Amino acid sequence: MTGFSLSTVAIDAAQLESSLSSAASGACVIFCGWVRDHNQGRSVRQLDYQAFAPLANAEGAGIITEVCERFAVERVVCVHRTGELAIGELAVWVGVSAAHREAAFDACRYVIEEVKRRVPIWKNEHYTDGESGWLHPDSTPVSAGAK
Amino acid sequence: MKLRLLYFASLRDQAGRDGEEIETTAATATDVYRQARDRHGFALAEDRLRVAINGQFADWKQALADGDEIVFLPPVSGG
Repeated sequence: MTGFSLSTVAIDAAQLESSLSSAASGACVIFCGWVRDHNQGRSVRQLDYQAFAPLANAEGAGIITEVCERFAVERVVCVHRTGELAIGELAVWVGVSAAHREAAFDACRYVIEEVKRRVPIWKNEHYTDGESGWLHPDSTPVSAGAK
Repeated sequence: MKLRLLYFASLRDQAGRDGEEIETTAATATDVYRQARDRHGFALAEDRLRVAINGQFADWKQALADGDEIVFLPPVSGG
Protein backbone atom coordinates (compact mmCIF):
# COMPACT_ATOMS: atom_id res chain seq x y z
CA MET A 1 0.00 0.00 0.00
CA THR A 2 1.17 3.51 -0.83
CA GLY A 3 -0.81 6.66 -0.21
CA PHE A 4 -2.06 9.48 1.99
CA SER A 5 -5.32 9.51 3.93
CA LEU A 6 -7.20 11.31 6.67
CA SER A 7 -8.81 9.37 9.49
CA THR A 8 -11.60 10.36 11.86
CA VAL A 9 -10.90 7.32 14.05
CA ALA A 10 -7.82 6.03 15.91
CA ILE A 11 -4.92 5.11 13.63
CA ASP A 12 -4.14 1.37 13.59
CA ALA A 13 -0.35 1.55 13.51
CA ALA A 14 0.18 -2.22 13.48
CA GLN A 15 -2.06 -2.67 10.47
CA LEU A 16 -0.34 0.20 8.64
CA GLU A 17 3.10 -1.20 9.40
CA SER A 18 2.17 -4.56 7.95
CA SER A 19 1.04 -2.80 4.76
CA LEU A 20 4.62 -1.59 4.19
CA SER A 21 6.13 -5.03 3.80
CA SER A 22 7.58 -6.03 0.46
CA ALA A 23 10.11 -8.67 -0.46
CA ALA A 24 12.36 -6.00 -1.99
CA SER A 25 12.55 -3.98 1.25
CA GLY A 26 15.44 -4.24 3.68
CA ALA A 27 14.55 -1.13 5.69
CA CYS A 28 11.49 0.38 7.29
CA VAL A 29 11.31 3.80 8.96
CA ILE A 30 8.23 4.93 10.85
CA PHE A 31 7.45 8.35 12.29
CA CYS A 32 4.73 8.69 14.91
CA GLY A 33 3.43 12.14 15.82
CA TRP A 34 1.81 12.01 19.26
CA VAL A 35 -0.28 14.56 21.11
CA ARG A 36 1.90 15.95 23.90
CA ASP A 37 0.79 17.62 27.08
CA HIS A 38 2.55 20.96 26.58
CA ASN A 39 3.48 23.53 23.93
CA GLN A 40 5.30 26.86 24.19
CA GLY A 41 5.33 26.58 27.97
CA ARG A 42 1.58 25.95 28.28
CA SER A 43 -0.09 22.85 29.59
CA VAL A 44 -2.25 21.15 26.93
CA ARG A 45 -5.16 18.81 27.67
CA GLN A 46 -6.56 18.08 24.19
CA LEU A 47 -6.09 18.85 20.48
CA ASP A 48 -8.65 19.29 17.73
CA TYR A 49 -7.60 18.84 14.12
CA GLN A 50 -9.61 20.18 11.20
CA ALA A 51 -8.81 19.43 7.57
CA PHE A 52 -10.12 20.70 4.26
CA ALA A 53 -10.39 17.12 3.07
CA PRO A 54 -10.52 17.42 -0.74
CA LEU A 55 -7.42 19.59 -0.87
CA ALA A 56 -5.65 17.77 1.99
CA ASN A 57 -6.05 14.48 0.16
CA ALA A 58 -4.84 15.97 -3.12
CA GLU A 59 -1.85 17.67 -1.51
CA GLY A 60 -1.02 14.55 0.50
CA ALA A 61 -1.17 12.42 -2.63
CA GLY A 62 1.13 14.91 -4.35
CA ILE A 63 3.69 14.56 -1.53
CA ILE A 64 3.59 10.77 -1.82
CA THR A 65 4.13 11.02 -5.58
CA GLU A 66 7.12 13.35 -5.05
CA VAL A 67 8.65 10.95 -2.54
CA CYS A 68 8.34 8.03 -4.94
CA GLU A 69 10.09 10.09 -7.63
CA ARG A 70 12.89 11.44 -5.43
CA PHE A 71 13.80 8.46 -3.25
CA ALA A 72 14.33 4.75 -3.94
CA VAL A 73 11.37 3.60 -1.84
CA GLU A 74 9.09 0.60 -1.97
CA ARG A 75 6.02 1.71 0.01
CA VAL A 76 5.06 5.08 1.50
CA VAL A 77 2.03 5.56 3.74
CA CYS A 78 0.86 8.62 5.68
CA VAL A 79 -2.33 8.86 7.76
CA HIS A 80 -3.33 12.05 9.59
CA ARG A 81 -6.08 12.22 12.21
CA THR A 82 -8.87 14.75 12.34
CA GLY A 83 -11.25 15.46 15.21
CA GLU A 84 -10.62 15.52 18.95
CA LEU A 85 -7.47 13.83 20.24
CA ALA A 86 -6.38 13.19 23.81
CA ILE A 87 -2.84 13.40 25.18
CA GLY A 88 -0.78 10.45 23.94
CA GLU A 89 -2.94 9.70 20.92
CA LEU A 90 -1.40 9.18 17.52
CA ALA A 91 -2.01 12.30 15.41
CA VAL A 92 0.04 11.42 12.34
CA TRP A 93 1.75 8.25 11.17
CA VAL A 94 4.32 8.05 8.35
CA GLY A 95 5.84 4.76 7.25
CA VAL A 96 8.33 4.08 4.48
CA SER A 97 9.87 0.85 3.30
CA ALA A 98 12.87 0.77 0.98
CA ALA A 99 15.66 -1.51 -0.12
CA HIS A 100 18.13 0.51 1.98
CA ARG A 101 17.89 2.63 5.12
CA GLU A 102 19.15 5.94 3.67
CA ALA A 103 16.18 6.27 1.33
CA ALA A 104 13.76 5.14 4.03
CA PHE A 105 15.00 7.76 6.55
CA ASP A 106 15.14 10.56 3.97
CA ALA A 107 11.72 9.79 2.50
CA CYS A 108 10.06 9.54 5.91
CA ARG A 109 11.52 12.91 6.94
CA TYR A 110 10.42 14.44 3.64
CA VAL A 111 6.83 13.29 4.08
CA ILE A 112 6.33 14.63 7.61
CA GLU A 113 8.03 17.95 6.87
CA GLU A 114 5.98 18.54 3.73
CA VAL A 115 2.72 17.47 5.40
CA LYS A 116 3.34 19.99 8.17
CA ARG A 117 4.28 22.69 5.67
CA ARG A 118 1.55 22.45 3.03
CA VAL A 119 -1.36 20.09 3.74
CA PRO A 120 -4.47 22.07 4.81
CA ILE A 121 -4.84 20.69 8.34
CA TRP A 122 -5.18 22.89 11.43
CA LYS A 123 -4.50 22.17 15.08
CA ASN A 124 -6.43 23.75 17.93
CA GLU A 125 -4.75 23.41 21.32
CA HIS A 126 -6.98 23.28 24.38
CA TYR A 127 -5.04 24.38 27.42
CA THR A 128 -5.61 23.21 30.95
CA ASP A 129 -6.45 26.81 31.97
CA GLY A 130 -9.57 26.64 29.75
CA GLU A 131 -8.29 28.75 26.85
CA SER A 132 -7.71 27.40 23.35
CA GLY A 133 -6.08 28.64 20.19
CA TRP A 134 -5.46 27.68 16.58
CA LEU A 135 -1.77 27.48 15.83
CA HIS A 136 0.48 28.87 13.14
CA PRO A 137 3.10 26.56 11.62
CA ASP A 138 5.65 28.05 14.02
CA SER A 139 3.37 27.04 16.91
CA THR A 140 2.45 30.59 17.85
CA PRO A 141 -1.27 31.24 18.24
CA VAL A 142 -3.32 32.72 15.41
CA SER A 143 -5.59 34.40 17.89
CA ALA A 144 -4.94 34.36 21.57
CA GLY A 145 -7.55 33.68 24.17
CA ALA A 146 -10.37 32.25 22.03
CA LYS A 147 -12.63 30.04 24.07
CA MET B 1 -23.59 35.47 -8.63
CA LYS B 2 -23.94 32.82 -5.91
CA LEU B 3 -20.83 31.53 -4.14
CA ARG B 4 -20.25 28.93 -1.43
CA LEU B 5 -17.67 29.88 1.21
CA LEU B 6 -16.06 27.39 3.61
CA TYR B 7 -14.29 28.34 6.83
CA PHE B 8 -11.68 26.48 8.85
CA ALA B 9 -9.77 26.95 12.11
CA SER B 10 -9.80 30.52 13.49
CA LEU B 11 -11.96 31.74 10.60
CA ARG B 12 -14.62 29.14 11.47
CA ASP B 13 -14.56 30.22 15.12
CA GLN B 14 -14.81 33.90 14.27
CA ALA B 15 -17.58 33.39 11.69
CA GLY B 16 -19.42 31.04 14.05
CA ARG B 17 -20.17 28.70 11.16
CA ASP B 18 -18.36 26.30 8.85
CA GLY B 19 -19.58 27.95 5.67
CA GLU B 20 -22.18 30.09 3.99
CA GLU B 21 -23.86 30.77 0.67
CA ILE B 22 -23.50 34.35 -0.49
CA GLU B 23 -24.90 36.45 -3.30
CA THR B 24 -22.24 38.89 -4.46
CA THR B 25 -20.95 41.01 -7.29
CA ALA B 26 -17.35 40.50 -6.10
CA ALA B 27 -15.03 39.89 -9.02
CA THR B 28 -12.25 38.05 -7.20
CA ALA B 29 -11.54 36.08 -4.04
CA THR B 30 -9.78 39.17 -2.70
CA ASP B 31 -13.06 41.10 -2.83
CA VAL B 32 -14.98 38.16 -1.34
CA TYR B 33 -12.56 37.94 1.58
CA ARG B 34 -12.74 41.68 2.26
CA GLN B 35 -16.53 41.46 2.42
CA ALA B 36 -16.42 38.37 4.64
CA ARG B 37 -13.85 40.01 6.90
CA ASP B 38 -16.13 43.02 7.32
CA ARG B 39 -19.07 40.74 8.19
CA HIS B 40 -17.26 38.43 10.59
CA GLY B 41 -14.34 40.48 11.92
CA PHE B 42 -11.67 38.02 10.82
CA ALA B 43 -8.34 38.74 12.50
CA LEU B 44 -6.20 37.33 9.70
CA ALA B 45 -5.24 39.64 6.85
CA GLU B 46 -5.52 38.34 3.32
CA ASP B 47 -1.73 38.12 2.96
CA ARG B 48 -1.65 35.48 5.72
CA LEU B 49 -4.07 33.24 3.81
CA ARG B 50 -4.11 31.10 0.72
CA VAL B 51 -7.26 30.60 -1.29
CA ALA B 52 -8.72 27.49 -2.89
CA ILE B 53 -11.41 27.63 -5.55
CA ASN B 54 -13.40 24.48 -6.30
CA GLY B 55 -11.00 22.33 -4.29
CA GLN B 56 -7.72 23.58 -5.77
CA PHE B 57 -5.21 26.23 -4.73
CA ALA B 58 -5.98 29.32 -6.80
CA ASP B 59 -4.83 32.83 -7.50
CA TRP B 60 -6.55 35.57 -5.50
CA LYS B 61 -7.17 37.44 -8.76
CA GLN B 62 -8.76 34.51 -10.60
CA ALA B 63 -12.11 35.47 -12.14
CA LEU B 64 -15.01 33.88 -10.25
CA ALA B 65 -17.98 32.06 -11.74
CA ASP B 66 -21.47 31.42 -10.43
CA GLY B 67 -21.52 28.43 -8.09
CA ASP B 68 -17.81 28.53 -7.22
CA GLU B 69 -16.75 27.15 -3.84
CA ILE B 70 -14.17 29.38 -2.17
CA VAL B 71 -12.07 28.35 0.81
CA PHE B 72 -9.81 30.74 2.70
CA LEU B 73 -6.91 28.75 4.12
CA PRO B 74 -5.21 30.01 7.29
CA PRO B 75 -1.55 29.07 7.83
CA VAL B 76 -1.57 25.29 8.24
CA SER B 77 -0.52 23.54 11.45
CA GLY B 78 -0.91 19.81 10.94
CA GLY B 79 1.48 17.15 12.18
